[in-house]
Amino acid sequence: MKYDELVWFVVKGRTFAEKVLGSASGNPDAKAGAIVEAAPDLVMSHENTFLVSKSFSEFGLGRPWDPSKIVLILDHRTPANTAQTATVHARIRNLARDIGVAKFYDAGSGICHQLLIEDRLVRPGQLVLGTDSHTTTAGAVGAFATGIGATEMAGVWATGSLWLKVPESIKVELSGHLAKGTYTKDVALHLASVLGPSGADYRCMEFGGPLMQDLPMAGRMVLCNMSVEVGAKAAVVVPDAVTEEWFRGYSQATISPVRSDPDAAFERRIELDVSKLPPTVSGPHRVEDAKSIDKQMGVRIDQAFIGTCTNGRLEDLIAAAQVLKGRKVSPTCRLIVAPASRRVLEDAMDMGVVQTIVAAGGTILPPGCGPCLGAHEGVLGPGEVCISSSNRNFKGRMGSEESEIYLASPATVAASALEGRIADPRRYLE
Amino acid sequence: MTRIWRFGDDVNTDAIIPGKYLDNYDPGHLAAHAMEGANREFAGSVSKGDIIVAGRNFGCGSSREQAVIALARAGVKAVVAKSFARIFYRNAVNLGLSVITSEDAADVFVDGDEAALDLKNHILVSADGARRASLAPVPEHVRKILDAGGLVPYVKAKLAMTTRPSK
Ligand code: SF4
Repeated sequence: MKYDELVWFVVKGRTFAEKVLGSASGNPDAKAGAIVEAAPDLVMSHENTFLVSKSFSEFGLGRPWDPSKIVLILDHRTPANTAQTATVHARIRNLARDIGVAKFYDAGSGICHQLLIEDRLVRPGQLVLGTDSHTTTAGAVGAFATGIGATEMAGVWATGSLWLKVPESIKVELSGHLAKGTYTKDVALHLASVLGPSGADYRCMEFGGPLMQDLPMAGRMVLCNMSVEVGAKAAVVVPDAVTEEWFRGYSQATISPVRSDPDAAFERRIELDVSKLPPTVSGPHRVEDAKSIDKQMGVRIDQAFIGTCTNGRLEDLIAAAQVLKGRKVSPTCRLIVAPASRRVLEDAMDMGVVQTIVAAGGTILPPGCGPCLGAHEGVLGPGEVCISSSNRNFKGRMGSEESEIYLASPATVAASALEGRIADPRRYLE
Repeated sequence: MTRIWRFGDDVNTDAIIPGKYLDNYDPGHLAAHAMEGANREFAGSVSKGDIIVAGRNFGCGSSREQAVIALARAGVKAVVAKSFARIFYRNAVNLGLSVITSEDAADVFVDGDEAALDLKNHILVSADGARRASLAPVPEHVRKILDAGGLVPYVKAKLAMTTRPSK
């Protein structure tokens, strides 16, 4: 090591991203900006496994480098929406068996990002790659997780590694307490309006601050999930007692949390006291068009959707049920709910949450992505307006180019379903 | 000489190829709906060799590789943008679609312009030679993959050099 490198090394602490990518690539000194060849601990694909395997077959290798590190999940079009999808599903099922992927989740198990965390497949400090942009969600348990393309994944299957640029990091310090009717979704939408769609481009967002002590895994997943909507390459919640608790009882779990050094260099720091944040609604068409509920209230809606890798968890269904309990969905609006996983559905049934939603007039969809990507189960027609607990309201995402999507927390979506127009959930919470 | 198709900022992959078309992986089918969410004329009128010029954050949103497949099959030769969303950028490089960063192309050119890519001199020049935009050089590690013709040939060559333990 040269003298000036040594000085840098001594003077500057290292970020989480530098540490994880450094050790995954055998370059313990890797700094932001470096291009490294990194070996992932876990890789995940969904229906696009079809494209992965198509490219992989061109290598003529037979089996991937390490099937024990591969997770395959059918979630985007489940149950199959067309004969074509059914064919793709069948091929992926066969492939999983043929190449020996034990961590295969068939249709109905749930959404890939949910299952990686729910089944404790992802551990702190790991490098996780997934052929889906919301792979960032796995940062909630302290992993460096990022999305890649299908052909790129084929390359990983072949070689066990991938080039990555070590990103700069942005520190987000959250403080205060969420007020009644306000959730991490409102924080994430607010951050999107502050940062814009490329405000964290190619960066790793690191969430910390006093609010985190209050924040269960579900809320942490929302923040990391939505980070990709501001362009982040990865997002992480600094591992703490909540992280440790998450893995308690999972004997095989080797928890080796990685944290930025106190003197690590952050490109930018964002501080936010969430205490005064109101319920927030974003849209239509642009995630960053997030405004406080009073500015969006009253917009007529045709459909209200609760689910997705952003907000389809038990906590979200409970929040919706608190609003819906003993009330009826407006006759001018449809409420559809897709639990993020089978376990979420089972727990919600045990707690009577599903019963409350159904009694209010909601329709329960099978666990999976549901209508989030406009493929099935609640596609919007021309002129229709939907309020959704998902992460993207891009024009045409859920169907017709002439439909509109607003994004909000599950409680706000539920309140809106009751009124048939965008509504403030605080009215319905004790 | 090729036609410029001009787009704005934050063109997302749902606009490049809407999710409803993704259950059919045929490149021809994808190309027939390329850019449907941003410009309905595009898929029907684009010709081989045309260039997309766009603003910031081109290809944001979903990681769907079909976005690149749709554009490449439709005949798009290169996408020149102020900046790219990272997964789209990587997908394009991996599939051999030229993605070039340019600070000023989106300000210099309008939709329907005729222009030529001059990669040797790192410029995009209008047909009459009057207007030009500068193109950023392609990073070294990206160049290697592009030179190989995409990620599959690149990895193949790499595999040929190393012997993988057989299973
Ligand atoms: S729920 Fe929506 S955003 Fe999440 S993985 Fe599925 S399609 Fe993507």
